[in-house]
Amino acid sequence: MKSFVFPEFQIIRDEESCGQCRGCERQCAFGTHTYDPAADRIVSDESKCVGCQRCVIFCPKDAIVVRPSPSFYRPNASWSREKIEDLKRQAETGGVLLTGCGSDKPFRIYWDHIVLNASQVTNPSLDPLREPMELRTFLGRKPDLMEISSDSGEVEIRTELYPNLVVETPILFSAMSYGAISYNAFRSLATAACRSKTYFNTGEGGLPFEMRDEFGRCAIVQVASGRFGIDAEYLNTAQAVEIKVGQGAKPGIGGHLPGEKVSASVAETRMIPQGTDAISPAPHHDIYSIEDLATLIGALKEATNYEKPISVKIAAVHNFAAIASGIVRAGADIIAIDGLRGGTGAAPKAIRDNVGIPTELAISSLDRRLREEGIRNRCSIIAAGGIRCSSDIIKAIALGADAVYIGSAALIAMGCTLCQKCYTGKCNWGICTQDPRLSGRLNVEIASMRLSNLISAWSHEIREMLGGMGINALESLRGNRDHLRGVGLYDWELDVLGIKGAGE
Amino acid sequence: MRFEIIMPGIRRKRRELYSKEICACSIFGAMNRDGDRFTGEGVMKAIANMRVRGNGLGGGFAAYGIYPEYRDYYAFHLMFTGKNVVAKEAAKKEFEAFLSSKFDVVSDEEIPHDDSVPVSDPPLLWRYFVLPRYGGEGGDGGYGGDGREVGDWGGRSEEDFIVDQIMAVNTRIENAYVFSSGKNMGCFKGVGYPEEIGEYFMLDELYRAHTWTVHGRFPTNTQAWWGGAHPFSLLDTTIVHNGEISSYGTNRWYLEMYGYACTLQTDTEVIAYAADLLMRRQKLPIDIVAKILAPPIWNAIDRMNEKEKKLLTTLRMVYGPLLMNGPFAVIIGETGRMIGLTDRIRLRPLTAATSGEMFYISSEEASIRLISPHLDRVWTPNGGEPVVGELKSARKVLL
Repeated sequence: MKSFVFPEFQIIRDEESCGQCRGCERQCAFGTHTYDPAADRIVSDESKCVGCQRCVIFCPKDAIVVRPSPSFYRPNASWSREKIEDLKRQAETGGVLLTGCGSDKPFRIYWDHIVLNASQVTNPSLDPLREPMELRTFLGRKPDLMEISSDSGEVEIRTELYPNLVVETPILFSAMSYGAISYNAFRSLATAACRSKTYFNTGEGGLPFEMRDEFGRCAIVQVASGRFGIDAEYLNTAQAVEIKVGQGAKPGIGGHLPGEKVSASVAETRMIPQGTDAISPAPHHDIYSIEDLATLIGALKEATNYEKPISVKIAAVHNFAAIASGIVRAGADIIAIDGLRGGTGAAPKAIRDNVGIPTELAISSLDRRLREEGIRNRCSIIAAGGIRCSSDIIKAIALGADAVYIGSAALIAMGCTLCQKCYTGKCNWGICTQDPRLSGRLNVEIASMRLSNLISAWSHEIREMLGGMGINALESLRGNRDHLRGVGLYDWELDVLGIKGAGE
Repeated sequence: MRFEIIMPGIRRKRRELYSKEICACSIFGAMNRDGDRFTGEGVMKAIANMRVRGNGLGGGFAAYGIYPEYRDYYAFHLMFTGKNVVAKEAAKKEFEAFLSSKFDVVSDEEIPHDDSVPVSDPPLLWRYFVLPRYGGEGGDGGYGGDGREVGDWGGRSEEDFIVDQIMAVNTRIENAYVFSSGKNMGCFKGVGYPEEIGEYFMLDELYRAHTWTVHGRFPTNTQAWWGGAHPFSLLDTTIVHNGEISSYGTNRWYLEMYGYACTLQTDTEVIAYAADLLMRRQKLPIDIVAKILAPPIWNAIDRMNEKEKKLLTTLRMVYGPLLMNGPFAVIIGETGRMIGLTDRIRLRPLTAATSGEMFYISSEEASIRLISPHLDRVWTPNGGEPVVGELKSARKVLL
């Protein structure tokens, strides 16, 4: 059937500069560029281009420009180009539209409507290069209050303490499974997490056996509805266990890793036959209620000898704060909330762009809810979904988060350009693919260094902003909405965020 | 030990529209460790010497040991504000109706003052000496901070009950503020220079205390009101504070989880409530409390021996939200104790001194020397290190 969708991108090649080296041909897994020996020139099929910019960046002559196609349908406010093309594709295929990465729709980005405070006169701002500036964060349940006995100067802690994760900076790598992303990408995240004294999350695809000894100390392992790759060693080698209930990009939806991505190594790690589809059901079939979740939390604590905090990850949806409060009472030590703009390797586009609520509002509602119920110290909050820079992180913390998960940001640090074609398995950047020819492009040493650099850069920026506010320990900013003001927000939005308008 | 978590009586507005007052200040404390009582004349002179640290928009005193004849009764000092006498009287009437339902009042009177001293817009000031009524013995036992009836004190202590009632008055009865509530002690405060407030209350003539703490205020916010002056107090704990708490929002939500309603629009309040939570309710020793409010930095903790490291790590982990961040110097008064503490990087001045049985803490050394020229010892405590004067002993507490 002839496709009625015209190419998304226009490829402009400077024929003067092009040396016909065929680099672009090799770089593109989608087969966009081919060499025509008769004419001794490269020809490009724009209909195959996904706009990932791999060929542009790797062209030794800088001869290629890929830009959005100037072709257009008659402009129509209701029928945008995207709506028309999506419809055409479905008319041609009869299928669900798949996509990757977080939602690109223009929902209000609250981070960009919140401004931070700084000290002037009455309170000295602090210089992080000269003064201590502490970002160390504990994730997990804290006792309500501590009981201490002190006999003749000997101080003893008598309160039972709970296991906590310690991070030197409040930035953790979000769950991205081996299988969805390549081995090299997965290993890069693990390497960077250990180097930067934080944690990576294995996602639901298990932890490869040969990585357990080296990277268990900075791993959070996930238990998801597919239960892939779980054994006692998997749970105990990690520092925390996360039950994945939902994901911001696709709340209420399961996952489906197609058989062609299940290589021998992925199969071994996930503990499933090679080449079979790895299907994660939408719900956990042993969790149909909050008491079922409490049972699973209990089982995982039992399996890990009460030595690991148990996290529960949920998507931020309408009534999630009340649900999260129940999850805390069910015994979770950490609540990870993933908002509307959270990323994914594959999700139905209709779900990704229409289900869930923004992370910023979710953090504030959850923090307030738990405080009002007097149980805020019984759990930590890790916020995920749409964190793009250090100021997003510091705002998330002032709104009540204990730390953040970064997913898309970490992938971008490794080379991702958010082309949203993760589900094709043909990632030219070697990140979201199991094709050895493509994944080999990602060098673990370089990629992990880029990730560590990012963490280091953001941590420095957080220290600078913190010092500007006259605060020298991150815990003094947590939930401290005093230091935030809203610009260009409606009253109800300020109410939900719990912040004043600028100048108020 | 069991701690019940109670919610503040009034749900906060969803949007946190409180305003925090910012002020710089002078603080001074004097204690006779033998327990001999002396008038407020000396401390008024000392604080007047630091006049440039204030701007006449607030001053106050806490005096310990001033009501020996009523030593067994809680002394409530009340402030009734309002546009006119009628409004003040109405607030007083409403408060007294509330008071008589929960307490036996053994004596009450207007707090004596000298009207010839020019102070701006004084409220109606009254004091009551009271005992709480037990639930089972004729009273209804009052209600908890969340408004629910508790037949007796609900398994909690008498002091918790008193605190609940104070929170209830301060949040629910318009124009009535309990600004002092301990036994055998009292706070006196208002808008004016501290020495004027001292004259207004005639502290140099009417009262003799073994411990005095004083505060002179420089609020950058000009809407000064009498309730906003220092000291802040809860039961017999009083706080005079110089500084700004940048962690106010964080401290506040944590304290609210334990039933403390922050109503006085100032960051000093959170120190008073934190002190109450940690020292009175939890009975933690002062050196531990200092490590919670002004903990050592992680670099220092990581170099300590295993035992200390574990203790301090745990304290920071559990009580992170009570870390008082930003510059501060405080004098915490308690019956029999006076404690000076600065923030962990000492961004506000504090000097301690002894002279015989006298123990002094001051923003400036000159004020101490003004009233006590010959000192045995003068020193500047390190950041986060408490100096404690106790009746009969003074020691520099080191963990």
